[in-house]
Amino acid sequence: MELQPSHYPARRAAGVASACINYRRGGPNRVLALSNVRRAQLQGHAVNCTAEVLYHLGSQHSAPEVHFTVEGELGKNPDEADNKFYSRIKSLQEPLVAQNIPDSFGIVPPEMEPIRHLAFSACDYIIWQNSTENTWYNLAQIRDVRQVRRNDDYLEFDYTVLLHDFVSQEIIPWQMQVLWHPQHGVKVTQNSRQPKQED
Amino acid sequence: MRGLLVFSALLVAAFSQKRFVGDQVLRVLTDKEEHIALLRELEESEDLQLDYWDVPSKLGLPLDVRVPSQSLQPVKTFLESNSIPYTTMIEDVQKLLDEEKRAMRRARKLKRSCSWSEFFSFYHTLDEIYSWMDYLVARHPNLVSKIQIGESYEKRPLYVLKFSTGKSRYRAIWIDTGIHSREWITQATGVWIANKIATEYGKNASLTALLDCMDIFLEIVANPDGFAYTHSRDRLWRKTRSINPGSLCVGVDPNRNWGAGFGGLGASSNPCSQMYHGPRPFSENETRAIANFILGHGNVAAVISIHSYSQVLMYPYGYTSQPAPDRQELDALAKEAVEALAAVHGTRYKYGNVFSTIYPAGGTTIDWTYDIGVKYSYTFELRDTGCYGFLLPASQIIPTAEETWPALMKIMEHARDHPY
Repeated sequence: MELQPSHYPARRAAGVASACINYRRGGPNRVLALSNVRRAQLQGHAVNCTAEVLYHLGSQHSAPEVHFTVEGELGKNPDEADNKFYSRIKSLQEPLVAQNIPDSFGIVPPEMEPIRHLAFSACDYIIWQNSTENTWYNLAQIRDVRQVRRNDDYLEFDYTVLLHDFVSQEIIPWQMQVLWHPQHGVKVTQNSRQPKQED
Repeated sequence: MRGLLVFSALLVAAFSQKRFVGDQVLRVLTDKEEHIALLRELEESEDLQLDYWDVPSKLGLPLDVRVPSQSLQPVKTFLESNSIPYTTMIEDVQKLLDEEKRAMRRARKLKRSCSWSEFFSFYHTLDEIYSWMDYLVARHPNLVSKIQIGESYEKRPLYVLKFSTGKSRYRAIWIDTGIHSREWITQATGVWIANKIATEYGKNASLTALLDCMDIFLEIVANPDGFAYTHSRDRLWRKTRSINPGSLCVGVDPNRNWGAGFGGLGASSNPCSQMYHGPRPFSENETRAIANFILGHGNVAAVISIHSYSQVLMYPYGYTSQPAPDRQELDALAKEAVEALAAVHGTRYKYGNVFSTIYPAGGTTIDWTYDIGVKYSYTFELRDTGCYGFLLPASQIIPTAEETWPALMKIMEHARDHPY
């Protein structure tokens, strides 16, 4: 059955595809975001992407399957910006700590942009794993992030993010442990949904 | 309160690096002579490090003293055991300082902006928007007036700007922004639109013709309690702030509280839900006020309710998949409107009925207004599509408003030219 691109089922599925692709290919200096149904946009460069999203129905939830092909090569080679970010964080005297990104006014300090992009990529893993036909998740805000010092050459961050589910309109706090390395990409090693804070 | 703000402003200037976490300011009431002597004794005690904002001298005059957090216990014990009455003026000095710092930063930004165009490119507080509304009325007294249509749950006035060239019982257009308080781009766009209408009358031929035969009513902050809450406590608050008896959860979704398809699909009976429809239709002051206004007016030809985010323009229905009787006309007009919008900055909008375009939703504003006979009932979801979501940077306020304006004009012009 053909889905109308302007109707929400198509757009939600596209969101899942985009989440999966951004988890695999995103990073501190690269975010893939859905521009239009049947397209994925790589920070300013439009790239054509075709994806198939299979929701598994049934009582046990399992992550939707996404099979995608991207026109041209996105490339996984670390670029200069990635290496710069890596060196900057590695050389910090104190482990990085930050809250409310963006702030209430939508401001993101320039030095926090890579931290935010990393969060997008890592969140997209959570979004991909937890999506159903009745969800549409977006990263609303990074509530807080703290760097965890490591002995190896990975960078590690402990994030608490706020996910917005457009379908229920709920704001869902989610904790995630994120590893990143310029060559090895993003990995979410641990994540858990947090209880909602009632006032 | 103003005095306290001045005080704290001075504190910020003088002690911007020192931290006062947990410190409190107590107001001590000196109603006995011996109290004054005791308070002088207390002041002399060096370990307590009290910071008297006044000199304990005259009987009957209140005395404010900042007490460092570590001295709170001994000081309160001292006051209580000597029966010296006191009240807590400031619960946490650092918190107040931080808030004041933020407010001052914003005020400095506002002050720097001598030109009003800069005013529109920032997000403002409720007080700032209400003050600005009075300014607009004062500037354009022959066109703009402010009316109050009710009171919010927490007793804030619900203000509507009326744009009118005179005759009563004109056909009218209703626009609201900010019914969901966290959608800050909408209130900001509402301010810009109000200014646009006021300043373009007499200059833009189409708008002038429109105002010569129709009135426009614009409620910029349709949910002031929620809006105040997004500034003070939770930037992502959506609902009203009404107390739900028997529940710890506060608030009703004002866009599920209308009397069309109430309690149906896409709404919740759980007070903790972001889509809680409320105990009954129009239980909320905020929705009831608009409904009563529209019914009382009797001649409203178009209702445009503005939300964010997701970049869609929608018409009824949300409560049913059944097509609205005027679906074809509404759809064609929506198409024209989004094309006019895209022409400004290239922003792409989808359009369609609420049910299929975003989700089934019962009890929404435009389903009710449509069902009582307001044919041109539309809802916008402004920028963006999830990148910033509710936290849209202020730099996007003016571009968003600029592109929304021609879409709005298309709908208003159509209502003007097609009386029914």
